Amino acid sequence: MRIVVDLNRCQGYAQCVYLAHEVFKLNGTESLTYDPNPDDARRLQVERAAAACPVRAIMIDRLDGAERGAAS
Amino acid sequence: MTLAATLAELVRDFKANGRIVIVGASLAGLRGAEALREEGFTGSLTIIGDEPYEPYDRPPLSKQVLKGWVPADHTLLPRARELDAEWRLGVAATGLDRAARQVRLADGEQVPYHRLLIATGTRARQWPNPAEAALDGVISLRTRDDAARLQQALAARPSRVLVIGGGFIGSEVASVCRDLDIPVTLTERGPAPLVGALGGVIGEIAAQMQRDHGVDLRCGVSVSALEGDAAGHVRRARLSDGTTVEADVVLAALGSIRNVEWLQGSGLAAGPWGVGCDAGGRAFDINGVVTDSVYVAGDVARMPHVLYEYQFLAMEHWDNAVFGAEVAAHNMVNLEPHYRPHLLLPGFWSGQFGVNIKSVGVPPFGDEIVFTQGSVKDRSFAAAYGRRGRIVAAVTFDHGKWLEYYAHLIEQSAPFPPPPPGWDRPDVMRPVPAEFPAPGVPTAIPDVVLTGHDPNERRAEFRPRGH
Repeated sequence: MRIVVDLNRCQGYAQCVYLAHEVFKLNGTESLTYDPNPDDARRLQVERAAAACPVRAIMIDRLDGAERGAAS
Repeated sequence: MTLAATLAELVRDFKANGRIVIVGASLAGLRGAEALREEGFTGSLTIIGDEPYEPYDRPPLSKQVLKGWVPADHTLLPRARELDAEWRLGVAATGLDRAARQVRLADGEQVPYHRLLIATGTRARQWPNPAEAALDGVISLRTRDDAARLQQALAARPSRVLVIGGGFIGSEVASVCRDLDIPVTLTERGPAPLVGALGGVIGEIAAQMQRDHGVDLRCGVSVSALEGDAAGHVRRARLSDGTTVEADVVLAALGSIRNVEWLQGSGLAAGPWGVGCDAGGRAFDINGVVTDSVYVAGDVARMPHVLYEYQFLAMEHWDNAVFGAEVAAHNMVNLEPHYRPHLLLPGFWSGQFGVNIKSVGVPPFGDEIVFTQGSVKDRSFAAAYGRRGRIVAAVTFDHGKWLEYYAHLIEQSAPFPPPPPGWDRPDVMRPVPAEFPAPGVPTAIPDVVLTGHDPNERRAEFRPRGH
């Protein structure tokens, strides 16, 4: 799956880190780092993390693999 | 049919049958394409990109990718919706013929358009000596291929990494090197790292932070030459102060160059600072007249900003790409009075040495700085930039939650020094000079540039008097 975090919006509440710690990590006290393309097996965790984000900074892919525009 | 009805029919027809081409398949190109579909554009949509990959996110490349946590090819951007677009990836646009309304591709093909979105972004400035730049181990960092190469080089445990340039990319890479316990030397021509983007006062704090983490920081020096071994691998650098640095990986973090060369001869207002456009993303031609069919978004756009005395801003920021592309897309499929402005308060973040550095506004527009919250000693603080008695920008180190407070003041042109938010105030709140380098002084190039008017650009067609 694919995700992106709007780090302008992120304020380091770190709710995502508690809910999906293999995908989201804090570097220090505020600086969020994450895996942009985590394994599909983590989808439920990541969706919960996105829903828990107080500033709604996590965007999850809304496509399921169809029409991703492979290189022509 | 009334004129209003005719125009409405024109918009409907264009949305259904128009042909839009987007040049640039990174963040701005992708979000622009999605926004066009969101606006109800169901016509033909073509996206052209010189890299062979579908759109990926660049900020992770200098952080989690280099650390070896995330592979460089695991940075693909999520999609907001289906696009039903024709993708032409791995082929660069090489020319624009506005009279024929065609984009020329490197493989010779001509792609016709009714409306065009230019989102070609920037590329990394390479080490200027081509023979030295070709040495193994000399790397720049912009694309995911660059990141994969640099990650491999770091994973091979080099004896020392030399980073040339103390902007955000250079500082972030130095930070990763220290996280990996790799010795690193960083050279910066200016007096401190980050000085172009945040000024000398903050730069001095960044410098101390780098030294505390074991970076061998050399400011006020430049690299005169890179030298390789018999096998063509870089081994050392000669510095302008006569010293040498032994290193087997060299990162040239020399800022970026805007991808405008393909527009030569197109008659657009394209130059070293990007493609000039209005605040709605409509490109200017070379005489400063706005075009109706060509739009610009992302790093390559250069547009006037109401908050900064209508100076033209060129912003290499993530959210400038996202929101600029959305505004351009909206305006591409609408007519006056339904145009929207791209009035973004610039903002960026940088994770380095375990600290989250964030900013809003345009710090180099200010000439004074005042610390308003927290503690410099703890590297957890907020500071505001001012110019002529009003607040124009703010920066935080691990104080990001307060940035919105300052953003609101900046949008209102509130007084400087600003009223403190009433908590966590430092003992001394006194404005001091922000110490930005004078224009033209060589240093790491900031990622927001006030491009203003360039008297060297004498290409306009002046109208003779009396005719």
